[in-house]
Amino acid sequence: MASQVKEKRILPGFRITMGYSILYLSLIVLIPLAALIVKTAGLTLPQFWHTVTSERVLASYRVSLLTSLFAALVNVVFGLIVAWVLVRYRFPGKKIVDGLIDMPFALPTAVAGIALTSIYAPNGWIGSLLDPLGIKVAYTPLGITVALIFIGLPFVVRTVQPVLHDLENDMEEAAALLGAHRWRTFRKVLLPELIPPLITGFALAFSRGIGEYGSVVFISGNMPMKTEITPLLIITKLEQFEYSQATAIALVLLIISFALLLLINTLQRWTNRRLRTS
Amino acid sequence: MKLKSSKKIMSFAVVALFVALLSACGSNNNNNAASSGSASASSSASGTASPSGTASSEPSAAATDKPKSIELLNVSYDPTRELYEAFNKSFADYWKKETGQTVKINQSHGGSGAQARKVLDGLEADVVTLALAYDIDSLTDSGLIKKDWQQSFESNSSPYTSTIVFLVRKGNPKGLKDWNDLIKEGVQVITPNPKTSGGARWNYLAAWGYAQQQDGNDEAKTKDFMKKLFANVPVLDTGARGATTTFVERKIGDVLLAWENEAYLAKKEYGDEFEIVTPSLSILAEPPVAVVDKNADKRGTREVAEAYLKYLYTPEGQEIAAQNFYRPRLQEVADKYKDQFPTLNLLTIDKDFGGWTEAQKKHFADGGTFDEVYTKG
Repeated sequence: MASQVKEKRILPGFRITMGYSILYLSLIVLIPLAALIVKTAGLTLPQFWHTVTSERVLASYRVSLLTSLFAALVNVVFGLIVAWVLVRYRFPGKKIVDGLIDMPFALPTAVAGIALTSIYAPNGWIGSLLDPLGIKVAYTPLGITVALIFIGLPFVVRTVQPVLHDLENDMEEAAALLGAHRWRTFRKVLLPELIPPLITGFALAFSRGIGEYGSVVFISGNMPMKTEITPLLIITKLEQFEYSQATAIALVLLIISFALLLLINTLQRWTNRRLRTS
Repeated sequence: MKLKSSKKIMSFAVVALFVALLSACGSNNNNNAASSGSASASSSASGTASPSGTASSEPSAAATDKPKSIELLNVSYDPTRELYEAFNKSFADYWKKETGQTVKINQSHGGSGAQARKVLDGLEADVVTLALAYDIDSLTDSGLIKKDWQQSFESNSSPYTSTIVFLVRKGNPKGLKDWNDLIKEGVQVITPNPKTSGGARWNYLAAWGYAQQQDGNDEAKTKDFMKKLFANVPVLDTGARGATTTFVERKIGDVLLAWENEAYLAKKEYGDEFEIVTPSLSILAEPPVAVVDKNADKRGTREVAEAYLKYLYTPEGQEIAAQNFYRPRLQEVADKYKDQFPTLNLLTIDKDFGGWTEAQKKHFADGGTFDEVYTKG
């Protein structure tokens, strides 16, 4: 029995690799997160509750969650199209376009924020065109969404791209030969394969959006109750040396996004099973 | 069997590597702190890195017989960058002449509160020169600075002062003269967020003080004034420089509430696009300085750190402050720059607001008047 199990292992030295993984995760993720809870422990439970449910904080959760959600949804739709074009077509400068996708990863987010703000401000290139139409981008929730779309785009494209790449054309061709319409082919053949990476990309972009600070503070206008994101409130608390209150809000944000990610993961597994069996 | 033992050795090696890495990070901390400071310094730090290292590792030796060169870290806030670049040069010359010792001063700049937090979290600053006494007070609880630091130097330990003025666009198209012009409909006011910016707290208190005098201390009316004022604010940047950018570069708003020195700097940079309006009443902003006792004693830099801050009060230091648009304390220098700094009624934080701790609690803490202005509007 034992030898059989051993033979199945791909990586040599399960114990070393597992030990290494746990040590690494502890140092990088678990210990810092534990410190978050320890810092929060400076508050009593009613204080904690009061901090994380005060009017301004609640308003900021709403702003942060809604804009992140919206930005992630937009990225799912348009990220899919971008990935599709990059995988399925050949055109001059394709490599450059492909490289452009990763730019938001490399750019310091504050720089992105300042650049986006100067473009979308009422006197900026795009802002000055939209302003006469009554559309205000900078200093509104719409501006925050734009910044988060920028930040989140690579997550969707880069998760969908390899899956699309692995999907062979012959599956579609077979479907076509068997008489399926294009839409039916897309729905029955392609979509089941694409939904899991799309959900993963969505989850990544969404959770990144919740935590994003640098790019947003410049374009949001930071108006309390209206365009104030939760990470800014956390910084605000730190600025007043309220470490425990800051970590309390951070903890709540963490729990919310953890719950959402769990939900999304469950959803992903569920759709995966359903789509494959149908 | 052999395989198993080699695995064990391997895992030991991995753990040992991590421990070594961790301890290396720990011992590097000091150097990191120093280098992050010198990164923003004007002159290159590479040349003097090694002698300072020995100085800081042997504080007792530094205290008895002076090493040839010494290094200071001045943690300051944003708009003082230009001031300290000039001041450091002047002080280094002075110190060389006095003691024969070469002193290299590293500068670190950022938001006042954030800078205080860095020191609190272990950045080994020898002196702090911040925007608010409140930020330095925050360092006394952990024993980094002694409680009565504000008595260490003359004039509340603030060698230069400033005030809050209005920066308006050329020709002052909206005709803004005083605080009550700012609450008129259709006027857009730019100020940073008082919760994240020290400068904005001075803005807020100056406006509050004006309204209070106008309304005869009727607090409900004063809050109403503040509500109207902040209803005219379209953007709240997180820091003073950000607000200046919004006003100057993005051309948003009709008036920027700014530090006097920041307003002059913007004017100097952009020529005649802007005008400075001095309101009838404002607040005396006293940016304080202090020696970080614990760090100075540990690093053996107390003597030079104290001399450094004292030098701010000398005619030379005051001259440099005035050149950088800070109001000098010394009468003879103040007289010389009379035209640059018009006289106006100035509230003070101690007399009119009961000191920073009191003001912080009443206005900027959670549920304070600033929150009221926003949540109940």
